[in-house]
Amino acid sequence: MNFEFTEEQLMIRDAARDYVQREAIKDVLERDEKSEFPAKHVKALGELGFLGMMADPKYGGGGMDTVSYVLAMEEISKVDASLGVIMSVNNSLVVWGLQKYGNDFQKDKYLPALCDGRQIGAFLLSEPEAGSDASHQHTTAEDKGDYYLINGTKNWITNANSASVYLVVAQTHPEKKHKGINAFIVDKNSPGISLGPHENKMGMRSSDTHSVMFTDVKVPKENRIGDDGFGFTFAMRVLEGGRIGIASQALGIAGGAMERAIAYSKERKSFGTEISNHQAIAFKLADMAVKIENARNLCLKAAWLKDQHKPFGIFSAMAKQYAADIAMEVTTEAVQIHGGYGYVKEYHVERLMREAKLTQIYEGTSEVQKIIISRDLLHD
Amino acid sequence: MKILVCLGNVPDTTTKIKISDNKLDATGIQWIINPWDELALTRAMELKEDANNLVDGVSVVSVGLASAEPTIRKALAIGADEAFRIDCEPTDAFFTATQLSLVAKDFDIVLTGIESSDYNGISVGGMLAEIIGSASVSAVSSLNIDADKIIVSREIDGGKETVTTQLPVVLTVQKGIAKDPRIPAMRGIMMARQKPLKVIAATSTANLTEILKFEMPQAKGKCKMVDAENVAELVNLLRNEAKVI
Amino acid sequence: MSVLIYAQNWDGKFKKSVYELLSYGKKIAENNGTELIALSLGNVEKDELESLANYGADKIYFSNNSAFESFDNEIFTAALKQTAEKVAAKEIILLHNNEGKALGSHLSVALKAGFVSAAVALPESYSPITIKKKVFTGKAFAHVKVNSDIAILTLSPNSFEIKEIASAATTEEMNFTLPTAKTKVESREVSKGKLLLTDADLVVSGGRGLKSGENWGMLEDLAGVLGAALACSRPVSDEGWRSHTEHVGQTGKIIAPNLYIAVGISGAIQHVGGISSSKCIVAINKDPDAPIFEVADYGIVGDAFKIVPELTAALK
Repeated sequence: MNFEFTEEQLMIRDAARDYVQREAIKDVLERDEKSEFPAKHVKALGELGFLGMMADPKYGGGGMDTVSYVLAMEEISKVDASLGVIMSVNNSLVVWGLQKYGNDFQKDKYLPALCDGRQIGAFLLSEPEAGSDASHQHTTAEDKGDYYLINGTKNWITNANSASVYLVVAQTHPEKKHKGINAFIVDKNSPGISLGPHENKMGMRSSDTHSVMFTDVKVPKENRIGDDGFGFTFAMRVLEGGRIGIASQALGIAGGAMERAIAYSKERKSFGTEISNHQAIAFKLADMAVKIENARNLCLKAAWLKDQHKPFGIFSAMAKQYAADIAMEVTTEAVQIHGGYGYVKEYHVERLMREAKLTQIYEGTSEVQKIIISRDLLHD
Repeated sequence: MKILVCLGNVPDTTTKIKISDNKLDATGIQWIINPWDELALTRAMELKEDANNLVDGVSVVSVGLASAEPTIRKALAIGADEAFRIDCEPTDAFFTATQLSLVAKDFDIVLTGIESSDYNGISVGGMLAEIIGSASVSAVSSLNIDADKIIVSREIDGGKETVTTQLPVVLTVQKGIAKDPRIPAMRGIMMARQKPLKVIAATSTANLTEILKFEMPQAKGKCKMVDAENVAELVNLLRNEAKVI
Repeated sequence: MSVLIYAQNWDGKFKKSVYELLSYGKKIAENNGTELIALSLGNVEKDELESLANYGADKIYFSNNSAFESFDNEIFTAALKQTAEKVAAKEIILLHNNEGKALGSHLSVALKAGFVSAAVALPESYSPITIKKKVFTGKAFAHVKVNSDIAILTLSPNSFEIKEIASAATTEEMNFTLPTAKTKVESREVSKGKLLLTDADLVVSGGRGLKSGENWGMLEDLAGVLGAALACSRPVSDEGWRSHTEHVGQTGKIIAPNLYIAVGISGAIQHVGGISSSKCIVAINKDPDAPIFEVADYGIVGDAFKIVPELTAALK
């Protein structure tokens, strides 16, 4: 069993780390405070190729494996989880969704700009009444012959304002229940689309999140992804891959918190010595390291299975659930180790703790992941 | 016009230095491109990408064994067109410069960093220029090409000189030559292995110097603390004990 | 046989660093029973040239040739090479600055002589020469052996005590066969008057603890009373509070003054890398855990805004 990374994977990891440690770190606190979109960094990451990492080079993608993606997501999220989620939505949900399930016309038209960051994408599934229970779509997409008409509201959409390309899931044939759901590529500037105000979030505040309202939005037939009724399967399959991105993001948040906790414990003194010499603190750090190592191994295994074209959905669920949950634990302990300093914004760890919470909720709550895992364990 | 950048393969500058058996203990060391050489490479790439000048190729060369190839491939990932590896351990600066001369003589502009972060060798550039008999400017903090004119800034105490030079020229460059080292793009990383990396046999030459042994610096004595209410005591210590004022 | 030092001049004047080279070279010459020779290139007045005799030079060679008006690697190397051959120099000692480093590199090939840079002490042995120098950006030392008859060294700044030794020195003008220059100096830009940070014996430096560029007045007062140059840490120049020419650290200037006073500087490893060769470091910081206290010789924990003015007053 080879646990070593290839030279390319290490170069990719280092490039991600170098960018965020040099550039994104400069204004990460300010953007978190002001809830400001990281336009400059998204552009730079796009130019470096981080927004279409796994896509086919013929569309301008990087042709990289998922393991490389995990490493890059981890490094970026150690410093800036907002950049991480923007990157994850674009790579895992939008680009990957289009590449795997789009037809040639759709891929040629939309992928190149999405891969190099000229445009970014958003994935619209969640609704005010339908989060975990995604099969009950209230947004409708009426089949009007040569176009679809979309009406409804989508909630909690990452990149809602900055994206140009939306992948929208909506109900076409209500009588067919989830088999009557379709997915569409929608131009964000289509008439009839309006955005709710920017959500004032607990964490990942530098990523823009809005609800999106559709009023008689026309979408050409050719923009439907896959066959009629494929939409729910599309969403579920795409989210399976998206979980790897979010798991890696949570892994990075935890890793960033641990690194800071270690550094702080080596400098801070109490009772005559550095606090890292107190067993209570040292043991907390050991616990963090074990949790992170486990989370990383789950992420990498899920990534490896996906790269081998083997079924990976259960492992991506495990990775997402575990990484998110330990991210919450690790960041909380990191704040604790920092004591009073952990409570103020300057030391970053309180931000990491706020960011960790969302990883337990979005792209399938930890509870939904457990449904997926337990159903697989218990099925005959 | 072709540019050659000489790269040193050095331990990551934040690495803790451990010496065992009178050699640098290589366990756990991350190897990187010497930071000054990386800046030189960045400037070379900027010049190549500027369509307004005559630079049409950037090559890199490094003296080292096969273990140095990952570092060389990073340079290819950053955008160099081809790489040369001269197959031997870089021992002292003269030895290294002699090896580099095998390749350097075919280029118009050769860039080397003014220092290397390992043995703080500051000599390879000057030695190389002397060996191949080219023009030579050191402490170069900017490099511009205007038509066929090579214009550099050379740092002097308290200021700088603007210098033009004939070709071929070896430029020993320092901080300022480029703002930040370039981060390789994903595309570059994936294509690095497809670019030529030619291995060249080393030429036999002597070392003019050799390292006999290393020594770790002595732990510094404790800081003598002076009471904030008694600043005059500090003045007294500086005057009579440290004798620096 | 002799010890040859290159006495660089700045607008016709020598600096203390050149006298340090002479004192160092004199010790080697005395040890080996050889002569100490100084070479000056460029327009230097007779009085100034003769000052080299106060630090032990036995012979002073010079040339006022206009070719030496600006530094050029090839031309200066040729002059040094011809001088070295003429005086049968066994040791050639240069300043550890840009010119010295360039000269040493070129000369090493021209004379097939081993070149050791940033030597920190006198040679430990002769024939062959072994000498101690800094490596790994100051994290360690190496003892280096020179495998050739002639050795070329640059001396790490502020490593050797300057000693005045009056000598009866002769001065002699040199005529060189110089190559045609391959480079041309088009223009020169120098900031006149200010005390150069790299030359200063005393340095007063401020960090983030000063809170804003507007608070620099008290450091300027302290520097004024001491006759010190001003410096700063990287965040200060990044924020634009002070010019980047004052930035001291691994990515800024590396200095070795006699006294370095760090005010409101935490002592990050990159900053310390720029000052670790200072003879004496004083740290003033309100945080008793600041890493700067681990490298300082003297320290005061307290409010810089109170302590610095008091220090200035006590020095008057």
